[in-house]
Amino acid sequence: MNEDITEIIKEPLNIDTVAAPHHVKPEKSVIAVGTKNLTVWFNERKGIEDINIDIKKDTVTAIIGPSGCGKSTFLRALNFMHDLTPGARVTGELNILGRNINDYNGVEIRKKVGMVFQKPNPFPTMSIYDNVISGLKLNGRYKKDFYDETVESSLVQAGLWSEVKDRLKVSAYNLSGGQQQRLCIARTLAVKPEIILMDEPTSALDPISTGSIENAIHDLKKKFTIIIVTHNMQQAARVSDHTAYFYLGKLIEHSKTSTVFTKPKEKLTEEYITGKFG
Amino acid sequence: MYLFRKKENIELKEIKSKTHITDLLFEKTTLLFALLIIFLVFWIIYEMYKDSEASRQMFGWGFITSPEWEPVKEKFGALTFVYGTVVSSLIALAIALPVSLGIAVFLSELAPQIIKTTLSFLIEILAAIPSIVFGFWGIFVLAPFMRNVVQPFLESALGFIPFFSGTKIGFGLLTSGIVLAIMIIPIISSISRDVLKTIPQAQREAAYALGATRWEAIKMALLNAKSGILGATVLGLGRAVGETMAVTMVIGNRAQIKLSWFEPAYSMASVIANEFAEASGKLHLSALIEVGLVLFAVTFVINSMARLLIYSTTKKMTVK
Amino acid sequence: MEAAELLGNSGNLKRRKVINIIMLTLSVISALAAIIPLVYIFFYTAAAGISSINLDFFTELPKPVGEPGGGIANAIIGSIEIVGIGAAFGIPVGLLAGIYVAEYSKTMVANLVKFVTDVLSGIPSIIVGIFAYGVIVLQSKNFSAFAGGFALGILMIPTVTRMTEEMLKLVPLSLREASLALGIPRWKTTLRIVLRTASGGIITGILLAIARAAGETAPLLFTSFGNSFWAESLDSPTASLPVQIFNYAISPYEEWHNKAWAGAFVLITLVFVISLIVRIITKNKFHQSV
Repeated sequence: MNEDITEIIKEPLNIDTVAAPHHVKPEKSVIAVGTKNLTVWFNERKGIEDINIDIKKDTVTAIIGPSGCGKSTFLRALNFMHDLTPGARVTGELNILGRNINDYNGVEIRKKVGMVFQKPNPFPTMSIYDNVISGLKLNGRYKKDFYDETVESSLVQAGLWSEVKDRLKVSAYNLSGGQQQRLCIARTLAVKPEIILMDEPTSALDPISTGSIENAIHDLKKKFTIIIVTHNMQQAARVSDHTAYFYLGKLIEHSKTSTVFTKPKEKLTEEYITGKFG
Repeated sequence: MYLFRKKENIELKEIKSKTHITDLLFEKTTLLFALLIIFLVFWIIYEMYKDSEASRQMFGWGFITSPEWEPVKEKFGALTFVYGTVVSSLIALAIALPVSLGIAVFLSELAPQIIKTTLSFLIEILAAIPSIVFGFWGIFVLAPFMRNVVQPFLESALGFIPFFSGTKIGFGLLTSGIVLAIMIIPIISSISRDVLKTIPQAQREAAYALGATRWEAIKMALLNAKSGILGATVLGLGRAVGETMAVTMVIGNRAQIKLSWFEPAYSMASVIANEFAEASGKLHLSALIEVGLVLFAVTFVINSMARLLIYSTTKKMTVK
Repeated sequence: MEAAELLGNSGNLKRRKVINIIMLTLSVISALAAIIPLVYIFFYTAAAGISSINLDFFTELPKPVGEPGGGIANAIIGSIEIVGIGAAFGIPVGLLAGIYVAEYSKTMVANLVKFVTDVLSGIPSIIVGIFAYGVIVLQSKNFSAFAGGFALGILMIPTVTRMTEEMLKLVPLSLREASLALGIPRWKTTLRIVLRTASGGIITGILLAIARAAGETAPLLFTSFGNSFWAESLDSPTASLPVQIFNYAISPYEEWHNKAWAGAFVLITLVFVISLIVRIITKNKFHQSV
């Protein structure tokens, strides 16, 4: 009974925020990611330049653009992944979940902002079960019951539970590519992040696996803010509420997906959407 | 002006994750151990330099050019040991190089997969056999064989060359050269094989396309890999120069310089092994440490050269 | 270009074909030539040593010349002690330095460490013996297992460092990213994810280092020295298998020679078994990553 009520309360809220007109400045609390003049430098070269974007909570935002336009660079700036790149520097202002990112350290931010990568990368030495709880286990000690619950709920959410529930102890490498990618999603979910970044999560997969991942994304957007980089425009159109178009390191256009795909404001966007280049 | 500055400020405000304190601690701990290795090497050099002071003061550069080594008279010169080390190592190289190249070619160009893995494994084991075992085998198997079979044969066939005549006792430069050759074949052949593997297949195919025989195609690959192979050879030389036990057991341990390769000799490492624990006095010990210092300097130069040569070939090829 | 020149110089086809066959045959012969000493040494040692191997050999002290029986138990235990001391010192240093070189490889220090490690691996082992003599034996005024272990530890470092570095570098960046993205701190990522993934290869490196150290003789001659009896403590002269073999081998007594062959056989078997384990580990590793 109670569950039903919360569902009902949640739903309209979501619809509201998604449907808010672009020119109305949304309230602070509904912004998951906000940037001002966000610039990423690779030594003296700018990977992305002066990105100003507000991404709303509990929505799916697709980031599209030709290769090398800075989509992934932008995404990786949001959870300090550039720490690993030698010579990379990030400047500007970045707010995550209403707080300035300088208030967090890298570990804290990555617990709140999860990431799924282009190629499935489960830990080869661990079983399916251990992969899912790896983030929890390496950051603290919990009861076995809690692990069991987390494994089940995460795998259910990622749409993998029914396929692997009988062989949780086998190596993650025994799964197919698509299953591995959903395992990586489950592994991210287990840490209970609020934002999930996906960097072309289906580009290494076949169409059927892609379909099941898109289904998972569809279910997840009720609870998480998802930012997905994709080079596949049909995918952007299928899964996202909002779309941002990047070109040569700059944000060209950001608005509702239907608007971007049907009547883009910018000429550059239109040319890309209609396949004139890219 | 004001506006411009303000803009600059916004642009350069860096976003950086705060460093996790344990991360920093971990990095610095590993750094400490890395620095420990550097410190250790410098410490070794310093220690040897310091402990050889008495001998260096006494004999100066004459230490290297004097053939006299008489602990009783407190006269020390290392020339005979340098000679023994150099000649036995060069004999080893002359034997090991062609054989190693043959093996490298066989492993990288000719052998079917299963033979390749088996042979590589066997050569790995050969490299891992302790030198004391080679020396032991040298005393009881190789030396008698040299004395009774190889040396009489060499003298009758090549006796006109002064290297191959003289008293045939089995222990000496030639025998230790052969033992050393066996010991350095694994390293030369395995690095040469690795270098040959970095030569692109397309080059061989191009040679075949021009009508080259298999050997001619291989010869071209060998020529292209020559500086890497040279590096492997020099590295083998470094091993031979520093090898102690096997040489000590078969070289005959007599401090003399004779042209004949059948004659016993003495090497730098051997004299340290034999006399160090029972050195007769401070000066004797100091002189032995100076021999060690010379040995260190020689192997250092040889190994640095080898690394540079190998590094230059493999890098060049991977860039291509 | 080069090929054309080569062909131009090589005379007529028949001659070239003959040369081809000769050179290829020589290559095969040299491969065989390398195996002969290996097989010969292995079987000769086995044949000469196996008759002296019995329970006493592993449990009894050496007997004086003329008395039958006896073993080299003190040398075997001594070797284990000395190699153990060396491993306790050399493996952690090598491992942590290897982690530094692999994980922070862009720094100047990392490159310097790499070079210095190469230098260290090229230093003749007898020189490390002199060093250990200078800093331990001279100071404590007696030969000891500590001094021998210190020398062996230094000799183990380069192998462990290089192997750790190479194996860690084989672990794909994507695994490090995956771990960091889960909010796992970098040091835990390195220790629990990266090191664990590379563990097979690193264990291989450690085994190799131990096998090599176990056979080292030169650096022990004047550090741990030797002893015909049980060592009183780790701080007193200690027998070791390789030094015992050396002393027996250069003695004039037949029965000591037999003991030495038996000891050599034990050493070779150890090397062989470790090499085999290493092969199996690395082969599995290879299959997994492919």
